[in-house]
Amino acid sequence: MNLEMPTMETGSISLAITGSGGSGAVTAGLILLEAAAKSGLYGLMMRSAGPQIRGGESLSLLRLAGSPVACMDDHFDLLLGLDWHNAGRFAQEIPLHASSLILSDPAIGAIPDTFTAGGAVVRGLTFKDRAARVDGGRLNMVAVGTAGALCGLPQDMLALAADEILKAKGPGVVEAATACVAQGYALATEHDVPATKPTHSTLARWNISGNEACGLGALRGGVRFVAAYPITPATDILEWLGPRLEQLGGLLVQAEDELASINMVIGASYGGVPALTATSGPGLSLMQEGLGLAVASEIPVVVIDVTRGGPSTGIPTKPEQSDLNVALYGMHGDAPHLVLAPLDVRDCAFTTQWAVRLAEHLQTAAIVLSDQSLGQTRAVTDPAKLPGIPLQRVTEPSPASDYRRYALTADGVSPMTLPGTKGGMYTADGLEHDAFGIPSSLAADHHQQLDKRRRKIEAFDFGSDWAELRGDGKLCLICWGSSSGATFEAGERLLADGIAIRVIALRLLAPLRSDALAQALAGVEKVWVVEQNHSGQLYHYLRSYGVLPEDAHSLAKPGPIPLRPGEIIEAVKHG
Amino acid sequence: MQAKMSTPALQARDYKSGVKPIWCPGCGHFAVLAAITRSLAYLELPREEVALISGIGCSSRLPAYVDSYGFHGLHGRALPLATGLKVARPDLNVLVTGGDGDGFSIGGNHFLHACRRNIDLTYVVMDNRVYGMTKGQASPTTAPDWAASKMTPHGTGVRRFQPAAIALAAGATFIARGYSGDPKGMTRILAEAIRHPGFSFVHVLSPCVTFRPDQRSWKTEVHPFPADAGNDPVEAARRIHADDGMGLGIIHAESLPVWPARQETETTLAAIEKEFLV
Repeated sequence: MNLEMPTMETGSISLAITGSGGSGAVTAGLILLEAAAKSGLYGLMMRSAGPQIRGGESLSLLRLAGSPVACMDDHFDLLLGLDWHNAGRFAQEIPLHASSLILSDPAIGAIPDTFTAGGAVVRGLTFKDRAARVDGGRLNMVAVGTAGALCGLPQDMLALAADEILKAKGPGVVEAATACVAQGYALATEHDVPATKPTHSTLARWNISGNEACGLGALRGGVRFVAAYPITPATDILEWLGPRLEQLGGLLVQAEDELASINMVIGASYGGVPALTATSGPGLSLMQEGLGLAVASEIPVVVIDVTRGGPSTGIPTKPEQSDLNVALYGMHGDAPHLVLAPLDVRDCAFTTQWAVRLAEHLQTAAIVLSDQSLGQTRAVTDPAKLPGIPLQRVTEPSPASDYRRYALTADGVSPMTLPGTKGGMYTADGLEHDAFGIPSSLAADHHQQLDKRRRKIEAFDFGSDWAELRGDGKLCLICWGSSSGATFEAGERLLADGIAIRVIALRLLAPLRSDALAQALAGVEKVWVVEQNHSGQLYHYLRSYGVLPEDAHSLAKPGPIPLRPGEIIEAVKHG
Repeated sequence: MQAKMSTPALQARDYKSGVKPIWCPGCGHFAVLAAITRSLAYLELPREEVALISGIGCSSRLPAYVDSYGFHGLHGRALPLATGLKVARPDLNVLVTGGDGDGFSIGGNHFLHACRRNIDLTYVVMDNRVYGMTKGQASPTTAPDWAASKMTPHGTGVRRFQPAAIALAAGATFIARGYSGDPKGMTRILAEAIRHPGFSFVHVLSPCVTFRPDQRSWKTEVHPFPADAGNDPVEAARRIHADDGMGLGIIHAESLPVWPARQETETTLAAIEKEFLV
């Protein structure tokens, strides 16, 4: 076969693997990603599945590159079919171009027309026959060998990765897999595949999912108590944290519902243990009353919302950035709090850790808006950075006789006694209260406590981590959270086309650093606000602060298909 | 639960915060507050090692009246908040107080799960079969034909919630009933409940003189159970169902493993981070 595959030196390779229950599309993807990591590359892997609990159609999407990548590309170079049953349902998730290559064994059935309509090149390979040559051989592992060879991954790295991913299944499975990889590799070389030479990075890198990174950020931030109710797509965070919290002397409690989760977290934090819960949109809605209690009683809590398509039950397994409004405005009353969003998979660790430390220091609620496209994506990436300033809860270990839990301090942060501290007894309350914490409906007390709770957040110096700023020029893309990956790449490609553009990716959404944002926008004449939702939630939020120039446009596109750089570039060039 | 020595010994009055209760004169909750402070003094629990957690309602105002740590949280959510605190700080003595609406209506689900978890909490529910703070609506324990509320002019027509029977069915390991008109009996029950390792549920008949003046007759209706119960849930069920709901005393006390059991494994954060290294 004569193939024009992109190489790691010139960019990245994107491949999709379709399968159905038991055909091993996800395992194949995990092995290819790990082999790429071991070969010194970077990469991303997303997965998708039909609505079935077990079995049904499944899909792995990979992008491998010589430098870090934070989004999927516009098109896939290679489509590997392990099974085509119901694979047509994935057509929108696997855009192909005329020189895309489809590899499949004719013995497993016909390729759905939807994939071939655009003129993609089809090659039939005898995966099934090759697998049959190996005792216990499986088709997916032969395909891994072929795809690995096409991507320029060394065969020994594929074998190492197969061993790592499959070793729990026993030595027989690993042995068969290794033999199948060799068969697949040979199949590719027999067909005269151009050898690509990956750029080897010798730096320490992680193979981590966004949900795992959120869990790690929580532990790094000092969280030792988690209470939560299982919900897609946040459950992986809880399953990762459960055993590890125990190992660190903490505990995860599976609560009876999200109302219980948030209140358990408030209770643990009141006791002095940094505490967190993770959920998705429906759970975040249920937690609003609890979040308001945390704000009013000034107890630090962190909620990670791994957003999915909404409203209501929505699309549980697909991404959307449509919970910004509820995160910003969901609580009743005037309730200043923190809203943050990680910018990519790796940043889930940094942003969660920062959120924990900020909540602890500012004695308030922090909501971290991840989403399914970050949480359930696995990335080979550089290790996450650590927050610069070590922030801690301000406690009062030896209170004076006139100790006031909600004292009106200059910075608004009132030193807090923890239960067990002699002479520091107080009753935390969701009722408005005076400086001692005694319930009060007096105007003076209400105004002073409202001012104090706003002051501690508004006046705090958040440093430079509120956003990532890149580029220069009179055109500007503003994005937040998971839309940043595609937006940054769009910015780079526009620059390569000679169009100067700056990108502002917001990590801290509340409090909005409007002065810093205005400064970052100085000289900008035209703005696009990029986000993955239907109503332009960030666009309208920024409008309400009056920081955008007249010529500002909303580039809002709802889920479930991830944002791709190409559509952002289109908007800038023709919008 | 281990009683800790503190010198000099505190009297019941030393556990009062000095904040003036918002309750109506004659409210049964005054006697419950007194019994709580007396049982804390009897057990010699240091004030700073006690935490009283509550939700919303007349009886939920109680924590502010005790000189200990406290949390007056959300309507119906006292038990989860207390659960989080006790898991995070097993060294504290955590008591939960509230009323029948808070515990059995809006917080009903948490009541079931707190009973089955058997975490070491003491839950005191002051039951007056009415919502007092919102001026007299029916609660889950109100009789179906009570028609004095404008909201349900013909009565609720719904059978009464059976707190003791439901606690037993949900797995509570300590169940008792007290009466605010019997302060001595109530103090004894509370001390036993606080001592009990695991979840203890104390159902207190605490009349509302303002919206349920008919409850003045309770003093002639209550009657002690012949003796404290043993550890047999079948016997406890018989006792609960054979009674008219006005029997006082310890209904059930069973020794079962307390949740959570701590696992003995250890590692460091650095070791955990290594699992991601390529």
